Amino acid sequence: MTTTPASTQNAIQLDHVSRYYTLGTTSIRAVDDVSLSIGSGEFVALLGSSGSGKSTLLNLMAGLDRPTSGAIHADGKNLADLSSLELARYRRNTIGMVFQSFNLLPRMTLAENVELPLRLAEVDHDERDARVADALQRVKLDKRTQHRPSELSGGEQQRTAIARALVNRPKILFADEPTGNLDSVTGETILNLLLEIKSSLGMTIIMVTHERPLAEKYATRLAVMGDGKLLSESANDGPQSGVGQ
Amino acid sequence: MKLRDLTELAVRNLREAKFRNSLTTLGVAVGVASLVAMLSLGVGLQQLATSRLTKSGLFDTVFVTPKFNMRGGPQAQSGSPQNGEPRLLDEEARQELTKLPNVIEVFPQIRFPTEVRFDEKPYPTVVAGMPQSSQQSGSFDGMVGAFFSSESADEAILQIEFAKELSKDTNSLVGKTLSIRYAERQSLADGSGGFSIIPKEKQLKIIGIVETEPASGFGGFGNGRLLIPLGVAESLRATQVNDLRDAVRGGPAKPTYSSLTVRAKSTSNVDAIEDVIKKMGFGAFSLLDASKSLKIFFGVFDLILGLFASLALAVATLGIVNTLVMAILERRREIGVLKALGASDGDVKTLFFFEAGVMGFLGGIGGVIFGWLIGRGLNLATNIYLKGRDLPSIEISSVPVWLVFIAIAFSVVISLVAGLYPASRASKLNPVEALRYE
Repeated sequence: MTTTPASTQNAIQLDHVSRYYTLGTTSIRAVDDVSLSIGSGEFVALLGSSGSGKSTLLNLMAGLDRPTSGAIHADGKNLADLSSLELARYRRNTIGMVFQSFNLLPRMTLAENVELPLRLAEVDHDERDARVADALQRVKLDKRTQHRPSELSGGEQQRTAIARALVNRPKILFADEPTGNLDSVTGETILNLLLEIKSSLGMTIIMVTHERPLAEKYATRLAVMGDGKLLSESANDGPQSGVGQ
Repeated sequence: MKLRDLTELAVRNLREAKFRNSLTTLGVAVGVASLVAMLSLGVGLQQLATSRLTKSGLFDTVFVTPKFNMRGGPQAQSGSPQNGEPRLLDEEARQELTKLPNVIEVFPQIRFPTEVRFDEKPYPTVVAGMPQSSQQSGSFDGMVGAFFSSESADEAILQIEFAKELSKDTNSLVGKTLSIRYAERQSLADGSGGFSIIPKEKQLKIIGIVETEPASGFGGFGNGRLLIPLGVAESLRATQVNDLRDAVRGGPAKPTYSSLTVRAKSTSNVDAIEDVIKKMGFGAFSLLDASKSLKIFFGVFDLILGLFASLALAVATLGIVNTLVMAILERRREIGVLKALGASDGDVKTLFFFEAGVMGFLGGIGGVIFGWLIGRGLNLATNIYLKGRDLPSIEISSVPVWLVFIAIAFSVVISLVAGLYPASRASKLNPVEALRYE
């Protein structure tokens, strides 16, 4: 089941990972014995219908949740063994996250939202401005730094969220339905942007989506989930000609 | 997170729910204000009481008497100390007492009956010698005329009741002259310790009239109605009660003092001086114990006032808990985002803790200002009341600097304690659930 391109080093590796929830007397297997290796620099799309367990798997890989059993190796550590503080450090320094509903803090300006991870990472004030400006320039929002999220379109908000996710220069970018709240044109713009950032910064992208055509158009590998299990996994041709230009 | 970032985020969060946070902070301010007002009242009253008592000279003096051996032991002797054995309270002893460390002055209690002649009429009364230091006792504040120009000036100050006997228009007495008749003691040449009494007369210029009965030092001068400088009183060698006692006992010919008042530099020296004097062979006592009791009384008084005021602060504390718990509900998703971006449980906890601390700090400052204003109001109201009764103004409320700092620190600490539960609750939020929260 597990196939990894031999040439690439693993960015993240899952060994028999399960996540069960108990609801009253019923045990729900949100993620059931999933093993998967994702190479560094890959763009993996986790596909599946609603309730298939793809978001739960993403949360486990992002260190937001802990597996009931199994091991998740990332950045040379098994996330299942990390303390709460070490997991926070992993989220802060190794990964970036983009959500379906953007999750920007409404009372902060774009620049302040993007600066937030730098505050948490205790980056020096002098360095922050330059990094925020660079991140916002990459998502082409450098003219709107002082606007608040409510003054932006959905696409612009998601671009701000991407800037916030990459400002700490993460190795892995997790995107949970990043186009879910956007129209198809804007959605494609966002994915093009992710692709562009991936190639320029060389990061790994793991995206959860239920839109197969988009996944096939942009991802280098597709992993399909159903009922908490990894149903199939296959290499994809990846970005077609013209995508990401 | 760095302190600066924490502070910025905390203040920003507080500004977000301005109205609610202002009300909470106001609640803290009211609690602190009641605490400050109550304690400032306690402090003010204590200062008022102690300053009056200290000025009166009751607490910085040791009253020294001769120690008589009642059980047939060795007789009191003059000369160097014999490990607490009885000694005569004579001039030599007085000089020794004067040289003790931390002693400002030593003076005898001189009071003797006299007949005042004024306007050709006799007025029997009691004369008392006043040391120059008694001017600071507060008894002469607001007197008519002036205090004695020197220790040896032939001047007199009249107690108002006595002055009224001399003239209806008491103020007109100042500048006039009166004479006193007294009995001078002259020791007999045979060295038997006996003495003869010679009637004498002395002219004194009236320089002032005092309303209160001055009491300088324990044993005081309360009964004196005609006050003269102590130096003059001593030079008169007027016969006093203890002269008769000395003569009957058949003691040495030289005069002794019935008592001496030793004034210490400060009340803190009184204990040590009292001990030394006892070891020298004299009876000594002070009112320091009474002063200690006074301090205990005010300590308990402050504690009770503080406890009542703390109730208001306790209510304010519940306000902080409520506000922060509400904030957690409202900012659940934000907490989730912060955690997803890498905030640790400790970061989230510290952030909420800081918000509680900032509310406590601002509430503390506001409370001190309110409390100070309440104190001012109390002073104003009291003084209006006193003025209406022709009494001098006083400060019943006082906010010393230490109270300002303690009140603010107390407010911050209480607020941090109030923030413990909400902060801990916020830090334990599951980020996945928090992010799902709408």
